[in-house]
Amino acid sequence: MPSSTNKPSLRQILFGSPIRAFGVVSLVFLVSLAIAPAKNHFSEWRHYQNQYLSLIQGRGDAVTLRRHFRGGIQQNWLPELGVVDRCTTCHVGQKEATLTDVGLQPFRRHPVMAHNVDQFGCVMCHRGQGAATTVEEAHSSTLAWEQPILPARYTEASCGQCHRAPLAETPELNLGRNLLAREGCVHCHTIKLPGGDTMKATDDPPSLSHIADKTTREWIYAWLKDPQAYAASATMPNFKLNDDNVRDISAFLVANSTPVAGDAATVSAKPGDTTAGASLYGESFCASCHAVQNAAGNVVGGNVGPELTRVGNKVKPEWLTAWLRNPRVYDPPTGMPHYRFNDQQISTLGTFLLAKSDSDFLANVHLDPATPEQITHGKTLVQEYGCAACHEINGIKRPENFAPELTRIGSKPITQLIFLPGMQHALPNYISAKIRQPRSFGSSLKMPQYTFTTQQIDALTTALLSRTDRAQTIPPALAVTATPESTYQPAGKAGQLMSDLACFSCHKINGRGGDMAPDLSWEGTSVQRAWLQQFLKNPNTLRPALIRRMPKFNLADSEINLLTDYIMTVYQTPAFDRDSIDSSGDSRVQVEQGRQLFYSKYACQSCHIVDPKADKGYVGPTLTQVGSRLTAAWVYHWLKDPQSLRPGTVEPNRNMSDDDARALTAFLMSQRSGGRPGNKAAKVQGERVPRLEARK
Amino acid sequence: MMRQTILVGLIVICAALWGCTRKNTSAVGPTPTAFGTALVESSGGKQIGGVGTTLPQPVVVQVNDDQGNGVAGAPVEFTGPRGVSFDPASGVTDSSGQFTTNVMLGSMAGRYQLGASTHTKAQKSVDLKLEEIALGDQERLGAHLDETYCNRCHNPESTPERVSNYDNLEVKPHSFTEGDTLNKMSDADLTAIISHGGPALNKSPLMPPYGYTLKKMEIQALLAYIRMVSDPPYRPAGTYYVQK
Ligand code: HEC
Repeated sequence: MPSSTNKPSLRQILFGSPIRAFGVVSLVFLVSLAIAPAKNHFSEWRHYQNQYLSLIQGRGDAVTLRRHFRGGIQQNWLPELGVVDRCTTCHVGQKEATLTDVGLQPFRRHPVMAHNVDQFGCVMCHRGQGAATTVEEAHSSTLAWEQPILPARYTEASCGQCHRAPLAETPELNLGRNLLAREGCVHCHTIKLPGGDTMKATDDPPSLSHIADKTTREWIYAWLKDPQAYAASATMPNFKLNDDNVRDISAFLVANSTPVAGDAATVSAKPGDTTAGASLYGESFCASCHAVQNAAGNVVGGNVGPELTRVGNKVKPEWLTAWLRNPRVYDPPTGMPHYRFNDQQISTLGTFLLAKSDSDFLANVHLDPATPEQITHGKTLVQEYGCAACHEINGIKRPENFAPELTRIGSKPITQLIFLPGMQHALPNYISAKIRQPRSFGSSLKMPQYTFTTQQIDALTTALLSRTDRAQTIPPALAVTATPESTYQPAGKAGQLMSDLACFSCHKINGRGGDMAPDLSWEGTSVQRAWLQQFLKNPNTLRPALIRRMPKFNLADSEINLLTDYIMTVYQTPAFDRDSIDSSGDSRVQVEQGRQLFYSKYACQSCHIVDPKADKGYVGPTLTQVGSRLTAAWVYHWLKDPQSLRPGTVEPNRNMSDDDARALTAFLMSQRSGGRPGNKAAKVQGERVPRLEARK
Repeated sequence: MMRQTILVGLIVICAALWGCTRKNTSAVGPTPTAFGTALVESSGGKQIGGVGTTLPQPVVVQVNDDQGNGVAGAPVEFTGPRGVSFDPASGVTDSSGQFTTNVMLGSMAGRYQLGASTHTKAQKSVDLKLEEIALGDQERLGAHLDETYCNRCHNPESTPERVSNYDNLEVKPHSFTEGDTLNKMSDADLTAIISHGGPALNKSPLMPPYGYTLKKMEIQALLAYIRMVSDPPYRPAGTYYVQK
């Protein structure tokens, strides 16, 4: 560089003389000293704080708002929870009750919530980086930070970190958790719960060990190709198997099936006509548990048992006959009750069910006899696809950890995920895409295709996002535990009878059982013996609008007595004695006073019917014969505090005085079926409905 | 050397700009083949969803010609406030003249004004306004409580699972969306009637009291929900509005 000899170089200009050098160095020094304050001055959060101050200026509530305002970086440190939050540095107005009209972030008032920010901080619920002081770093996942903010629609996931029991405020989380258990996710994916338990499946996939007794290879073939083509509400997902694989799996399952003694039967009764079948199906309230698709395409009925729209395509007639006679022969722990049908009823119901078929369904399935190679290949496939994770299959062990464990999926670092092209790099997007279309991540993946709705996918994603590191490690004292699962089993002969009738499929007793029908834990305190006997004999109802009701089991008198005795003696509340109030001596005056209270002060007729001609209320059960059904003590205590006897009941607590409650009890107990209770019990049949809270 | 650096810098800037512009142009959908003169809502307005969730039903609008017949292949575009997203946000109408989009609400509770627009052959824009409601956590709890406790009397419509009790009541309650009536009641009055029943406001005892059944925060949640869904919208008197 010859030119440098003529002109002074940059170095010479700056550091040519000691004085000059000193000047330059101190200038640099001063500038660098000024960097920090300048950065501070021009910082994002200061910008927001200034914006806030000008926003509140001129408002009527400016004085109060200004008094509450604290400038500078605000920090909330909660060592117990491991939270360091500076979010309120920018979210200045989040506690201001009067800012309801401000929609602009970061100044919006925080919506009312169950928790106090000072106690829980922000990141507990919203995630993100609490300690950051720029929008980008606090909300998004940047180089140094892993945890981005949780999109609002998944916020309930954060509740699930501490709250292990369902909450009224978290419908989405509750649904998601139910789906994880009900749709079979946890058969393959282990989800460990903080207490040391694992999440349990609540569905009950059938055993395939004896499947050839129940159905044909053709049906298995069609089902495996597309379970939803057989039944729209089928929970089994589609494994997207090709024709050869389906052929071989069906060959293996049939060849591998062993017979069960007594699960095929014939009855000599004449085949029933369809009308008789339909009414028996109705009377037996099969629809409480089983759905059928109607002509409009809607699946109507319960989802406790399988859908029956095309059951005639599926089951073998002899198997169905034996099953209707006693389902426990084929499947001892089944949730289906053992109805005591006689041969004629079995024949009638059987004919009715077998007619539920679709002639096209198996029309295109033609299978040649299976070859040994096909059977062997079928077995390999059954092992590869993990069928035994859900179903019991002869000679195949249930695979352990068949699919990735999801215990801490909600804290999975993004760097460990593989995203599809075009997908936003965020954990919720990854999880929901995996659920929506698992095989889009690779055609060789084994996870099957479900038919979830968007809402269900959101709910499942929420439930999975709640399985974080924090959920596993939170101190037990801070967690809200779920009631442990009850394994209650009633003792003795009555207990056996209750299992045979599958009472627990619908009723809850001492914490165990379904929620379709009322909890029976205190039934013995609540009802009168004669009524209960009559109800078990003939559980008709005066409320035809309900779809789900107590079925008639055709019980023998000895069975009815056994059950009644057991319920009356064992299922008592410890809170009071069933005989503690005697209403037999109630005066006319007291009854009349109760009537006044019923119709005027408390206006009970808005929900209940006492006089079928005048009253119309339809929310609660009919009370026309309540004096023959309930005990006076139960009525009295119910009036005083309904929720203490049945938590969650919609009957409001009226904070009634003792006198009012007693007078109302007198009035209600005077509503009888005529004469004294007991001797006219035959007339009170089924006045009370096992009430289904309609919107479960 | 300096020149080289500048050159490299320029190239980089150009490349970046080109990348940006390319991204923008690639978002254009199918080209319209026909044009209508009117835009009407077919379904999907006035829905209630949760914050940040996709509305239960898609929003469907229809482009019509002068005779009121649907026009196929006409352009439609949706716009909404920040946080709202549409899938798809724009496109052309189907064979019956309709355009369907799934709407995901933003993360803030409140009312969302959505706009749909098409344009005529003469490039004149035709607009349509729709409104959707996003419930926050508090209002969602309110909605749940309404379902459990209130709905059977206050909502005249029956479903197969829930028979309405409305027709059975001698004094008719109002549906919670009836803003004309409910907006006139103060927060204190609503809280009083919910907590202490009809007689608290000299109304019918057919309205039961819930003050001993529901917690205070649950009654607040019901109140927030009632305010949020009212039609016309509830605008409380005496609050301070930001000066525009
Ligand atoms: C048993 C039926 C019933 C139930 C259940 C019920 N209400 Fe009412 N409610 C009424 C009746 C009837 C009125 C009308 C009273 C009048 O105008 O005299 C009413 C009136 C009201 C009013 C005053 C505005 C209006 O509609 O006239 C409010 C607010 C109200 N109810 C809220 C609630 C809430 C909140 C719940 C649930 C927690 C609830 N109600 C449950 C029957 C019911």
